[in-house]
Amino acid sequence: MSLEAVTDPAGAAMADGFRRQEARHRAWVLGGLGLLLTALAADLLLGPGSHSPGEVLRALWYPAEASPLVRITVWQIRLPTALLAILSGAGLAVAGAQMQTVLDNPLADPFTLGLASAASFGAALAVVAGISLLPLAGHLAAAGNAFVFSLLAAGMIHLLSRLRGVGLDTLVLLGIATMFTFNALLGLLQYLASPDALQQLVFWSLGSLARPSGLKLGLIAAVLMACLLLSQRLGWQLGALRLGGLQAQAMGVRVAPLRLGMLAVMALLTAVVVAAVGTIGFVGLVAPHMARLLVGEQQRHFLPLSALCGATLMCVADLASKLVVPGLVLPIGIVTALAGLPAFFLLILRRRRSL
Amino acid sequence: MATDTLWVSRVSLEQRLAIDATLVAPAGSITVLLGPNGAGKSTLLKALAGIEPARVQASLGGHDLMALPAAERRAALYYLPQLGGNQAALSVHEAVLLSLKTLYPGRLSDEDLARVMAALAAMGLEALAGRRLASLSGGQYQRVAIAQALVRRPRVLMLDEPTSALDLHQQLRVLEWLRREADAGRTVLVALHDLNLAARFADHCWLLKDGRCQVAGEAEACLTAEHLERLFAVRLAVETGSDARPRIQALGL
Repeated sequence: MSLEAVTDPAGAAMADGFRRQEARHRAWVLGGLGLLLTALAADLLLGPGSHSPGEVLRALWYPAEASPLVRITVWQIRLPTALLAILSGAGLAVAGAQMQTVLDNPLADPFTLGLASAASFGAALAVVAGISLLPLAGHLAAAGNAFVFSLLAAGMIHLLSRLRGVGLDTLVLLGIATMFTFNALLGLLQYLASPDALQQLVFWSLGSLARPSGLKLGLIAAVLMACLLLSQRLGWQLGALRLGGLQAQAMGVRVAPLRLGMLAVMALLTAVVVAAVGTIGFVGLVAPHMARLLVGEQQRHFLPLSALCGATLMCVADLASKLVVPGLVLPIGIVTALAGLPAFFLLILRRRRSL
Repeated sequence: MATDTLWVSRVSLEQRLAIDATLVAPAGSITVLLGPNGAGKSTLLKALAGIEPARVQASLGGHDLMALPAAERRAALYYLPQLGGNQAALSVHEAVLLSLKTLYPGRLSDEDLARVMAALAAMGLEALAGRRLASLSGGQYQRVAIAQALVRRPRVLMLDEPTSALDLHQQLRVLEWLRREADAGRTVLVALHDLNLAARFADHCWLLKDGRCQVAGEAEACLTAEHLERLFAVRLAVETGSDARPRIQALGL
């Protein structure tokens, strides 16, 4: 038997098949990019204010010549909001995708692991009780607390799992327990809150793209980019994890540190996103599944397409939140929840069949 | 590759393994690990592969195994665990490619691709290359797993119960593949449950019980009624078959 280069027709056909599959996957990624750009364009062109598409486009290309009203609508509201939607959607999707990869659980995402609930509670602590864990004030105090608490929750899950040496399934259950814990604490704070503070809490618990800022955009973009680069470097090892922990170990992957490290990094990404936009559910859960259906779990295509799906979903949700009820912008978390819940049910039912 | 003989002189891990005898797995032959459940067959293979944190004294081709850098040891020995199914959304060639690229990370080259295709062809997987892992039968998945091992071209190939989930035809097929690998000069180490399969394919045997080595050596010397009765605590009859290989029959407790 020779393992040297194959020249026989069957081998050539196999190599062709592989290249065709790669080309198909690349086409899906490009298609995802195209879809995202379309959604972005629609998100910029449509919305309250009823400016004509021509006006909006002119204001985009020649800001100096546009009327101040259109200029402000486009440059200070629609464009930053759309960018925030894209970045946070991509961030949640990447976090969800890698949590599903390393925990080997299709239901893992920033929410089922309790990180988002912890962040909400942290924000509520700042809004209601005025307690800030980082030396920040105002909205930043809430964001800072959200950040600290989602990292704390991740650390807590990690410690508990180390304490008992539990398996992967239990890790997800611990996440759900964490979610309930922080939801209960949040309920307590809401009960004690003043009507004014309660109003502000809605921002966190329902999610909002309403306050985009350069700081938020820059932070999410930087952490997201770092996560993508890291995932690309570790791509083969992460892919091998999908073959099963023991087999990955046999291939020389240091499984336990890889899992923990990836979870920590994804907790950081979640924390940054949730601190910026509050809790927006289901994007991190559904987007990776869409990508997996289209291109499988080979990291090279799975991760970019997950990010693109998440960004597109969030962009479309932003559009829907502006258009569904005329004259009113719905909280985006409600839109993603209403659209995402059916997908969640489908996933659970599909999983039961496959078991 | 005639130098790739594996010598094991001592392996210890907590209460689970206490091997203190010279075990030899010669290059170019199949060495079979036999023993009752819990004898430490898997643990020994994992310890040699560096997956279990055991104290190991062993040499490969005359060089101290433990003195090898981690990356080189990983390339030299490959352990194929007992397999269940797999639900990952990966195709067969992607799975084999992953095995190669975890060893040599970096960009995908044409040479990588040629190596993957050659490993798939060696296991007769041409027709299944584009299929998802989840859609494979147990025997097909076992062949994919062996292709994952072959693509790395390890000097020592270690397999844990590779035939346990397979029907008779698939069992023989897998062992015929391993025989070819051994004939090509590779060192093959395999844990088996089925005594008659072992008798048919083993060149050498290591008999393990309670984490210790009971007997090791050439197959004919190890596969005697006396040794096997003590190993499995049953009464056995061993005859010589028409191919001059032993035939083993359990008579009772």
